[in-house]
Amino acid sequence: MNAMLFRFLAVCVATLSVGLVGGCERAPSDGGGGNDQTSGAPGDGASSGVLADSESGAAGPIRVGHYASLTGSEATFGISTDNGIKLAVEELNAADGIGGRLVELITYDNQGKPQESVTAVTRLIDQDKVVAVLGEVASSRSLAGAPVCQRKGVPMITPSSTNPDVTAVGDMISRVCFIDPFQGYVGAKFAKENLGFMKAATLYNRAQAYSSGLNDNFVESFTEMGGEVLTQQAYSDGDNDFSAQLSAIREAAPDFIYVPGYYTEVVNIARQARRLGLEIPLIGGDGWDSEELRNAGDALNGCYFSNHYSHEDTRPEVQEFIAKYQAKYGKIPDGLAALGYDAARMLFHAMERSPSLSGEDLAAAIASVKDFPGVTGKISIDEQRNATKDAVVLEVVDGVPKYKATVSPD
Amino acid sequence: MTQLLQTIFDGVTVGCLYALIALGYTMVYGILKFINFAHSDVFALGVWMSITIAGWLGVGAAGGDAPPWYMGLVVLAGAMAVCGLVGFVIERLAYKPLRNAPRLQVLITAIGVSLFLQNLGQQKFAFGPYPESFPTLLDNRPLFSVAGVEMWLSDVAVIGTTLLLMAALQFLIYGTRMGMAMRAVSYNTRNASLMGINVDRVISFTFVVGAMLAAAAGFLYGLKYEGQAKQTADAMWVMLGLKAFVAAVVGGIGNVRGAVLGGLLIGLVEFFGVAYLSSQYRDAYVFAILILVLLFKPEGVLGRATVEKV
Repeated sequence: MNAMLFRFLAVCVATLSVGLVGGCERAPSDGGGGNDQTSGAPGDGASSGVLADSESGAAGPIRVGHYASLTGSEATFGISTDNGIKLAVEELNAADGIGGRLVELITYDNQGKPQESVTAVTRLIDQDKVVAVLGEVASSRSLAGAPVCQRKGVPMITPSSTNPDVTAVGDMISRVCFIDPFQGYVGAKFAKENLGFMKAATLYNRAQAYSSGLNDNFVESFTEMGGEVLTQQAYSDGDNDFSAQLSAIREAAPDFIYVPGYYTEVVNIARQARRLGLEIPLIGGDGWDSEELRNAGDALNGCYFSNHYSHEDTRPEVQEFIAKYQAKYGKIPDGLAALGYDAARMLFHAMERSPSLSGEDLAAAIASVKDFPGVTGKISIDEQRNATKDAVVLEVVDGVPKYKATVSPD
Repeated sequence: MTQLLQTIFDGVTVGCLYALIALGYTMVYGILKFINFAHSDVFALGVWMSITIAGWLGVGAAGGDAPPWYMGLVVLAGAMAVCGLVGFVIERLAYKPLRNAPRLQVLITAIGVSLFLQNLGQQKFAFGPYPESFPTLLDNRPLFSVAGVEMWLSDVAVIGTTLLLMAALQFLIYGTRMGMAMRAVSYNTRNASLMGINVDRVISFTFVVGAMLAAAAGFLYGLKYEGQAKQTADAMWVMLGLKAFVAAVVGGIGNVRGAVLGGLLIGLVEFFGVAYLSSQYRDAYVFAILILVLLFKPEGVLGRATVEKV
């Protein structure tokens, strides 16, 4: 027993010392703050800490935070977005930053979990004192992080959360992508007008705000256009077996299945649908956008999804971005990388025009962005702090998305 | 008719996976009277080890052809061996020192082991935090079709392997000296040790067998859901483990045949619920069964009621 106790204590000590080292890593930047403090007002005790930090902020780099799913089921979402943001930061710093001050990006992984998002955002704001936060991709995780930013008065721009509720959290929250009522309309319109389908079935993740919201939006639009939704099936996070839902869908015999899920789920759904002999196309949203889609093999051939941009777009902004991204990361950027790049550049654009870097001024500057030329289209922020843009529909050919159509808001 | 058959078939296939995992829970409970919460992580380790071993052997790369059938068996055996070893080590390091400690402490240790395995496995030097697809170890194709329901090779492999393993387990428990010792320890640990049975060895053996069954379940899971088998979201295997645990309780915890029956029952209830009632309440059906069983037959379908001596 004593030996066990000793081992346990040893582990505790080891854990603690790791924590201390982690704390020490931040010391140099705090030390910088201390030096600045001597030239500023000499305060005492706890009150000087905040002062020192804000003063060091005035001289040092501008800190921008990013929280993302760098690991977990939707890992490519976070990694792509972070790559896009890093590229934008690098470009800005190469051009002397904002008013001579460089921008420092701090990214935290949330493992694809809403509760970790709250921790990451709190840490970014309280410890790292970032002036603005970028993130997240998945709406559920943006909905977890947004209230923290709103409460603490730090502007947050989500690159690609399309659920309308995200920006409804408050005036600090905005986005550079379109929202799901439009995306649902795009899916419905494409299925009805381009493909001539009348009968739909849907299969969505009831545990994700994005998926269940987009499902509702699609059903509403499709029914309005005179189409018929025969059955709506649901699954939950972590489900890997969809055969019961798919055999119910097969029974209903629709023309296509609308699957507003994330790529990990879509891969399994497509494979299992083909195994059940369901050869009808699947149609989805931007949650499909990932290189991992190739894991579906040929099961997704002839399926479509709506997205924010196509890498086949010939506009110079797009081709220039793709060339730079490919030079740095060696692959073609997906829509999330493009949106991450746009979100960061729009933030810098607003910073340059903002009278100060306080949360209120910055949020106002972001809200007044008009016709910003992004990779994913011209970005104008509307009264609900959403961006109004075109959507593209992509067709999956051997796991690679190819441009099919463009749908504009009416 | 097609949908009915399809539902039964799917329910049984998934029920087999639940049953294989439930066996590990129930055997450990039968002998040590505690719930090994780290069991579902050993299952996940089975999935990961299968992918890793196939990588070492260089078989089943994405897009390639399936290797000869016996390579699948090699991967399965390898994953079972590694998980068996891990099961042995877990018992030795984490549970054995607490043999005479109160149950609650062992339970909390089990949760600790579970979290440790989860987080260790997702480290970059271990298996990494990204989803991966399972190697192609079978030339998966529909074998035959009954009333419009196609039987795929992967599903037949799941059911066949499960039946074989259960037959082997049945023989082990009722046909060997070790099995007799296991039953004796389960019946009364102290008396068994007085009769000259090495209780520690029996317990270690039980853990190894349970872990190997979980590894087999992990391998079969990967065969069936090859698209994104190595899910990093712990939600996936924690829920699967939880359902397997429910299966063990429903069948009568501590009862090996009960675990198999419980697994099949849970699989069928889940699939019939989703196919015929509503897909919204998939997990709720499973836990509703648990509540019903605990209300009306708390010892489980095949369990024996015991009198608590106070």
